[in-house]
Amino acid sequence: MYDFKYEKPTDVAAAVASLGADMEAKALAGGQTFIPVLKQRLNKPTVVVDLSKLGLTGITVTPTSVTIGAMTTHGTVAESEEVKKAIPALAHLAGLIGDNAVRHRGTIGGSLANNDPSACYPAALLALGGTVTTDRRTITAGDFFQGMFTTALEQGELITSVSFPVPEKAAYAKFRNPASRYAMVGVFVAKLAGGVRVAITGASQGGVYRHTQFEQALSKNFAPDAIKDITTPSDGLNSDIHASAEYRAHLIGVMTKRAVLAC
Amino acid sequence: MNAIFEGIGASVRRKEDLRFISGRGNFVDDINRPGQTHAIIKRSDRPHAKLISIDTAVAKAAPGVIAVFIAADMEKDALGGIPCGWQIHNKDGSPMAEPPHPILASGKVRHVGDPIAVVIAETRQQAKDAAELLDIVFEDLPPVATVRDAVRPGAALVHDGVTGNTCFDWHIGDKDLVDAAFARATKVVKLDLTNNRLVPNAMEPRAAIGEFDPMSDDYTLYTTSQNPHVIRLLMGAFVLHLPEHKLRVVAPDVGGGFGSKIYHYAEEAIVTWSAGKLKRPVKWTCDRTEAFMSDAHGRDHDSTAEMALDAAGNFLALRVRTLCNMGAYLSTFAPAVPTYLYATLLAGVYKTPAVYAEVHAVFTNTVPVDAYRGAGRPEATFLLERLMDVIAHDTGHDRVALRRQNFIPADAFPYQTPVALNYDSGDYQTTLTKALEYAKWDEFPARRAAAAAKGKLRGIGISTYVEACGIAPSKLVGQLGARAGLYEVANVRVHPTGSVTVFTGTHSHGQGHETTFAQLVSDQLGIPISQIDIVHGDTNKIPFGMGTYGSRSLAVGGSAMVKAMDKIITKGKKIAAHLMEASVEDIEFKDGKFSVAGTDKAKTLAEIALTAYVPHNYPIEELEPGLDETAFYDPKNFTYPGGCHVCEVEIDADTGVTTVVGFTAVDDVGRVINPMIVEGQVQGGVAQGIGQALFENAVYDDQAQLVSASFMDYTMPRADSIPNILVGTETTLCTHNPLGVKGCGEVGAIGSPPAVINAVVDALRDFGVRHIDMPASPQKIWSIIQAGRPQMAAE
Repeated sequence: MYDFKYEKPTDVAAAVASLGADMEAKALAGGQTFIPVLKQRLNKPTVVVDLSKLGLTGITVTPTSVTIGAMTTHGTVAESEEVKKAIPALAHLAGLIGDNAVRHRGTIGGSLANNDPSACYPAALLALGGTVTTDRRTITAGDFFQGMFTTALEQGELITSVSFPVPEKAAYAKFRNPASRYAMVGVFVAKLAGGVRVAITGASQGGVYRHTQFEQALSKNFAPDAIKDITTPSDGLNSDIHASAEYRAHLIGVMTKRAVLAC
Repeated sequence: MNAIFEGIGASVRRKEDLRFISGRGNFVDDINRPGQTHAIIKRSDRPHAKLISIDTAVAKAAPGVIAVFIAADMEKDALGGIPCGWQIHNKDGSPMAEPPHPILASGKVRHVGDPIAVVIAETRQQAKDAAELLDIVFEDLPPVATVRDAVRPGAALVHDGVTGNTCFDWHIGDKDLVDAAFARATKVVKLDLTNNRLVPNAMEPRAAIGEFDPMSDDYTLYTTSQNPHVIRLLMGAFVLHLPEHKLRVVAPDVGGGFGSKIYHYAEEAIVTWSAGKLKRPVKWTCDRTEAFMSDAHGRDHDSTAEMALDAAGNFLALRVRTLCNMGAYLSTFAPAVPTYLYATLLAGVYKTPAVYAEVHAVFTNTVPVDAYRGAGRPEATFLLERLMDVIAHDTGHDRVALRRQNFIPADAFPYQTPVALNYDSGDYQTTLTKALEYAKWDEFPARRAAAAAKGKLRGIGISTYVEACGIAPSKLVGQLGARAGLYEVANVRVHPTGSVTVFTGTHSHGQGHETTFAQLVSDQLGIPISQIDIVHGDTNKIPFGMGTYGSRSLAVGGSAMVKAMDKIITKGKKIAAHLMEASVEDIEFKDGKFSVAGTDKAKTLAEIALTAYVPHNYPIEELEPGLDETAFYDPKNFTYPGGCHVCEVEIDADTGVTTVVGFTAVDDVGRVINPMIVEGQVQGGVAQGIGQALFENAVYDDQAQLVSASFMDYTMPRADSIPNILVGTETTLCTHNPLGVKGCGEVGAIGSPPAVINAVVDALRDFGVRHIDMPASPQKIWSIIQAGRPQMAAE
């Protein structure tokens, strides 16, 4: 990696100030994406602001919501008895991210802020219709994701917590990329009071998105067969050595059925 | 007698594992020398380009930089190129094309990863920073990405003087006999297949430290090598022109090789030569991405196989044409792999009376290809064992019965194949029978039906194979083009109080030699393994050696130890006869004691050793003091492990994902010293074979860029991809080495890939599938299922 200044502030305001003052400053959450990027010299920040001492960890569960501090690790979410009880699909999803080492460093805030098109958490946030709370505002899931690696976050804006409404039912079905084990296609299905929401990650060039045709069909009839005649077009889907756009389109249908079945 | 049985046949726990599993190994990157500098290699990101200019001025002026060297600097010192250790001759008798292989690219770059310059600085970070400041001007040339591209008329030339990119066009076998057999055949079955290119990916990336002592003019190279003496020989004699007494090569703990650490690599010469220039140690450690584009790759064949059969299903003749990839340059043993380690195995376990193979090796703008676990034999086995199932498919023969009918029978050994090799022993019917029994082959239909009830496609496949290892008789390989002998060396030193140090020319990089060899010595000399140390990996300690590859360490290195121990025992008997006032003919050696036959008079090995080193009462006129013997052992033949692998898979038809649900390996590896280590070696080999069959693939795009250059895209087998592997051994002894051992390091990787693919094809039998190339990735299987469904509907 290139040389950079390293800061480890102890309150959010100081971190926001450091990040806001310098366009080339970068926040370090769990570092499970960022540190490999630094090591490969793909990024040259002036300052790295370590968020680990901001007190942004912890899980709060109410009858209607699960709120997770931005610096809470995937491992903590995966193992939380409270999350398992309230939104088991969310704990399941967290347990499918990376490997043990990654899960015990990587954080929910880091994952959402990066918005990797193959990350798992964006699917949960979008399908459940959760909200992202930052140092300055609250952003709905629909507004938060703005294309791959792009979010509504402003320069220097920090996620402090993420809130998920407790659904009637939800499930996450992930088809892993055989090599990286990121989501090649990940489908989060949530049955909420207002209807069914289906979010797809890993598949689209635009990053996570909602499959509205599936949502409409499943809102009418929440069963795997409800979507059997809906063909997902391959336009705009990713294509690489592991999966063509057509294969991904097919997998979206398969994984959605499996998620519905698992609900 | 030992309190605990530690000799031949005991599953002794590995002595070396304490340091490995507690993080206390001593690998090259763990070594730091006083005054050490750090080297970064600037590599080409272009597959094929002219080097117009390299401006090093800015990099040289960067902070901490000590030196920047390019090819021109080495040319001033008249350094040699990287040598090739094996020369193949073309069909017309002319030698293969052997274009220059400079240490640093000169005039042209020929693959992504080709080294262009070395930057040496006080810190690794400074060297990296400075490497980015090199100003290199390229003129891109059209790239040659694949073997098919290489032979296309008008293809760009990787090496200007090498017409048609042909390294060699070689053949073996009797073409006329084969043609005649095809002319009278009632059936000919033909199969086109590829053997996918693999990246070795040892857990420890390569590393090297060069050091020079100006007081003595001695050079030392610490390197991640499977064969330090071979590196000393090649680098000293051909590249740096250093006499061997002035060059020490140390290969300490090495974290896996699989072949990729056999070869002499440019970085070894770079750090050694630079250390001499700078009078300071120079360290280089490869990172993973660099390893993907600089470690020699494996496999990469395109073949056509044809079998001629009579009406009864007897094989009459086999004809094979293979196009194989050498990459951009000839790696150390590359030409031997698709020839004498591949085509000579095309008789396989079958009594096919005539075989003819043509092998056309070409250069491409890719990383050099060389031996990778199995080296040629996996390619031969995949071809044959896929062909067996395709013959069964096309002719309606049962795939097991077809194999049995054509096996070389157990009473036919020694068996001369039509492609040079003479198999000494084997029993293919028995290994097949046992494997089918352990795998519950006969009950498979019920398991298939049960899987179908869950919506899964279940298949089972077998592979019956033989390989040639324990390489190799020096005279024979010399006739076949090897530029080295392939004997092995052991020095057995009995210390004055009776403990033993064995210095071996083989090298352990995961195999467990410190344990297996100690067991062998314990068995022969009758002392506990706690009294035995095995030393390897240092040319200043070990007399000589050819290293570890081709499953040779026990068959060749262990045999050298037996020969050296025979000398120890012979000398010990003379000393014992003197001490006990008996005739040498009456001295017996058993369980660590020299005794006078028919009496209770006896001396322990320790007593004899003490006498040898304190020769007060000693036959000094006839015998030298000391108890320290060296033996060189040159094998009389290859060894021929063989066996049968059975694989069972389940395919998820909705996603195309294949899961290996069962694997049985019954291998004949000759006498087994440590069953636990053999089981581990077979399991590791099978894991790599499953990796090749289902996951691994080095993909170059049409511009010769390596697309799968990291673990993000190169799929390694993981623990959860591998089932519990049932390992059985069935032994026929090797007839020509003193231990009757054959070798177990590669059988897993050789036998398993076709068993996996045969199982996948079997699972998809209702989809009109005849053959699937590796890797059988989910996408590939899904496409086959999609294509097969309309056909099913029509039936």
